[in-house]
Amino acid sequence: MADNKIGADHKIGAETNGHTDGQSNGAHYVGTRTIRPDGVDKVTGRARFGADYNLPGQLVGRVLRSPHPHARIVSIDTSRAEALPGVKAVVTRADFGDQPSEFIPAGEMMMNYKDVVRNVMAREKALYEGHAVAAVAATSVAIARKALKLIDVKYEVLPHVIDVVEAMRPDAPLLHDDLFTVGVEPRPDKPSNIAKRLEIKVGDVEAGFKKADLIVEREFKTAPVHQGYIEPHAALATVSEDGSVELWTTTQGHFIVRAHCARLLGLDISKVRVTATEIGGGFGGKTVVYLEPLAIALSKKAKRPVKMVMSREEVFKASGPTSGATVRVKLGATRDGKFTAGFAELKYQAGAFQGSPVQPGTMCAYAPYDIEHVHVIGYDVVSNRPKVAAYRAPGAPISEYAVESVVDEIAKKLGLDPIQLRMMNAAREGTKAAYGPKFGPIGLEETLNSIKKTEHWNTPLRKWQGRGVASGFWFNIGGETTVSLTLNEDGTVSLMAGTPDIGGLRAALASVAADELGVPVEKVRPIIGDTGSVGFNFLTGGSRSAFSGSMAIVEAAKQIKSELVARACKLWEAKPDQVEFKDGAVRPLGALAEKVKPMTVAEFGKLSGKLGGPIGGVGRINAQGAGPSFGTHLVDLEVDPETGRTTILRYTVAQDAGRALHPAYVEGQYQGGAVQGIGWALNEEYIYGDDGKLQNAGFLDYRMPVASDVPMIDTILVEVGNPKHPYGVRGVGETPIVPPLGAIANAMEAATGIRFTELPMSPPKVLKALRDKGLDKA
Amino acid sequence: MAKHHIEAKVNGDPVEFLCETEETLLDVLRDTLNLTGSKEGCASGDCGACSVMLDGRLVCSCLVLGCEVAGHSVETIEGMAKGESLHPLQQQFLKSAALQCGICTPGVLVASKALLERSPDPTETEVRYWLAGNLCRCTGYDKIVSAVMDAAATMRKG
Repeated sequence: MADNKIGADHKIGAETNGHTDGQSNGAHYVGTRTIRPDGVDKVTGRARFGADYNLPGQLVGRVLRSPHPHARIVSIDTSRAEALPGVKAVVTRADFGDQPSEFIPAGEMMMNYKDVVRNVMAREKALYEGHAVAAVAATSVAIARKALKLIDVKYEVLPHVIDVVEAMRPDAPLLHDDLFTVGVEPRPDKPSNIAKRLEIKVGDVEAGFKKADLIVEREFKTAPVHQGYIEPHAALATVSEDGSVELWTTTQGHFIVRAHCARLLGLDISKVRVTATEIGGGFGGKTVVYLEPLAIALSKKAKRPVKMVMSREEVFKASGPTSGATVRVKLGATRDGKFTAGFAELKYQAGAFQGSPVQPGTMCAYAPYDIEHVHVIGYDVVSNRPKVAAYRAPGAPISEYAVESVVDEIAKKLGLDPIQLRMMNAAREGTKAAYGPKFGPIGLEETLNSIKKTEHWNTPLRKWQGRGVASGFWFNIGGETTVSLTLNEDGTVSLMAGTPDIGGLRAALASVAADELGVPVEKVRPIIGDTGSVGFNFLTGGSRSAFSGSMAIVEAAKQIKSELVARACKLWEAKPDQVEFKDGAVRPLGALAEKVKPMTVAEFGKLSGKLGGPIGGVGRINAQGAGPSFGTHLVDLEVDPETGRTTILRYTVAQDAGRALHPAYVEGQYQGGAVQGIGWALNEEYIYGDDGKLQNAGFLDYRMPVASDVPMIDTILVEVGNPKHPYGVRGVGETPIVPPLGAIANAMEAATGIRFTELPMSPPKVLKALRDKGLDKA
Repeated sequence: MAKHHIEAKVNGDPVEFLCETEETLLDVLRDTLNLTGSKEGCASGDCGACSVMLDGRLVCSCLVLGCEVAGHSVETIEGMAKGESLHPLQQQFLKSAALQCGICTPGVLVASKALLERSPDPTETEVRYWLAGNLCRCTGYDKIVSAVMDAAATMRKG
């Protein structure tokens, strides 16, 4: 194993919060770069992702989608499709009962089953191009395709609206005639596309602005971007005659899929068994259901397994991107740089149904700073686009991009170093965040300091090159988590978690279990159990899976250790104070040590049948105390004045991990988030024609970063321990996508002298801006 | 129209299969030959998740018709490890944590192997441009590029 333990390259920060348990003080694996247990399957092609599962006798499921962005569905006639030989089932809105309007929390977002049932299958109206209208199951792809053409849908085409500001106008085409803006008094008497107005208010911003020597106010626009996971949605369902369901699907939360499917199809949860396949990326986009209820409904009718896989075009058109937005920011500061008041107004696109991430957007906007007077207003606005889904720190990159751009402008106008300005206003332990809580120990200042010390920060640049810095914040969550540990009869350990592993979770959890039980990490085999095999788990999201999972393992291991101590006492006829569990064994103390030898965990496993039966522990927790993670990014870029193309030259991420359970996969989160942010800032966008149809529903025209677009991404792992976690862990997955947008916009300003206020800063937009200023000839 | 009867070689073994005219090599590999290591991310040649070698040339198997491989030789990710031992690239990817979700990994590995066969000592820029046809959304490419260069160094030492 020596090869696996490569020390972290850069580690900065406070002492990791001490873990009082004897085992963890002698941590062997936590903090090292073990080989991931699922790795071999993933480098050999053996790992089974969503579309890799098949069952005997399975049918092909396909979806008929609306060609119109907004249309009333007058009628659907499926009789010709049903008559086609080889077609075994057709489902439409008639196969899904309506759901009452009721908002329930769904992790970082809110959801309403009345909308979910309408999103998986259009009901009264098709609300975006690509909205599912019917689905078929047939014996071959060719027959399924032919069947879709035989479904006769009569549409009454309605005027559509795509842009968020246009959708807010009183005369805009109305998506839902029962949608009345919540959060305004008095309640409007007319429906509109504004689902909700919300605000955060601390102090008195007007008084704060009066104290300011400098006020900067700007309006920003961001485009909707897709999570861009490489694996399209896929589901395989089989329903038996007694109504029991088995489902294999690529998801971030198979328990959530189970809940949604049971609810939409009127099934007992105990009769729905869902297996999360290996998942080929999610980033928030696989926290909702699309194909799953359709596959189950088709299988129920056909009495045969049904497999459904989306095409890439369907992924773009019919699964959730994140919001595009319009954001106005006004920030005041004294001459020496102290922020006096911050105001922001956020208008977020929700897509066809309410529920944009505008709420976290409002909460995050000023979270990195200690400001006395803050006022943020948010609007959740529907338009004829696919319903948004969560995307990595949902809502935060948008509002924090706008604020970080204005912070940079203030630094420039006051002649202050942008890091110094941030340091002067940074949230720290004891700061009361505008969104409510008082921060415990947090690492924002450490990230700023560590960036300032890099060679990168101190390297000179040339003409057309620019350097930008920005900070970012995300809450992180905990939540319901179950992990089981089973001590096997040969002394090895089986670990079962229930949160899908997207980026190395099993590796991190195996290290924690090995350290807790004092066994070699290769003797711990972690798997992700299906919904029938492990207790309830909320989904993988909110940067929660390693945070909560490791907490649950500590709990499960505690049960095993106390059981082993009890068994040793019985075997040795000893009292509990005569033994202790240490370094993977129950050890006799004092005089007892002369009579009996220590017994290892493995030995207890091998003798379990004779010493009281099976040994295991189950950690069932509702994890609390997820510490927020702050990050600061530094970027150098170069603008080509002839083409408007921007090249990222150098990039450094510093972020507080609390404690990095597996440093390589923590770095991976930093690097991946940064590059997604680069795409968001420079190239990615949903482009619509006047006809309300998406024009770039493919990877050629929806331009995500490729290997040749980006440099190496340097990482600095700051570790300011989270006192609420036994190892000091903070979630790390989401924060890395927050700072890049602002950092890159700030670097663009440094390179060109132009403050870009619209994302993406794609070559045509940059070139036009340079031409308008006559800079392209410079 | 009747299906085509095709004989070819996949990972060194003779195979025969029936396919429709419009079926791609990727469809045949995944659905007919049950070699699901090659992935479909786009079906338009933009993501590289379906990369395979066709007579020693790197191709997107979603852009090749099943019929086209008659009499030709295909190498997929399933043929990369020899016996008990992983290819140095596979080993290095594990050691370097050069994958997160792993969906792009088979294509990236096949493409990287093709690179090192023609360029055993590539620069970082060469690796980046060669892999520009393989989308990865998780890693930001950093650890992938390092792993390819480190594997190249290992392979040069023999």
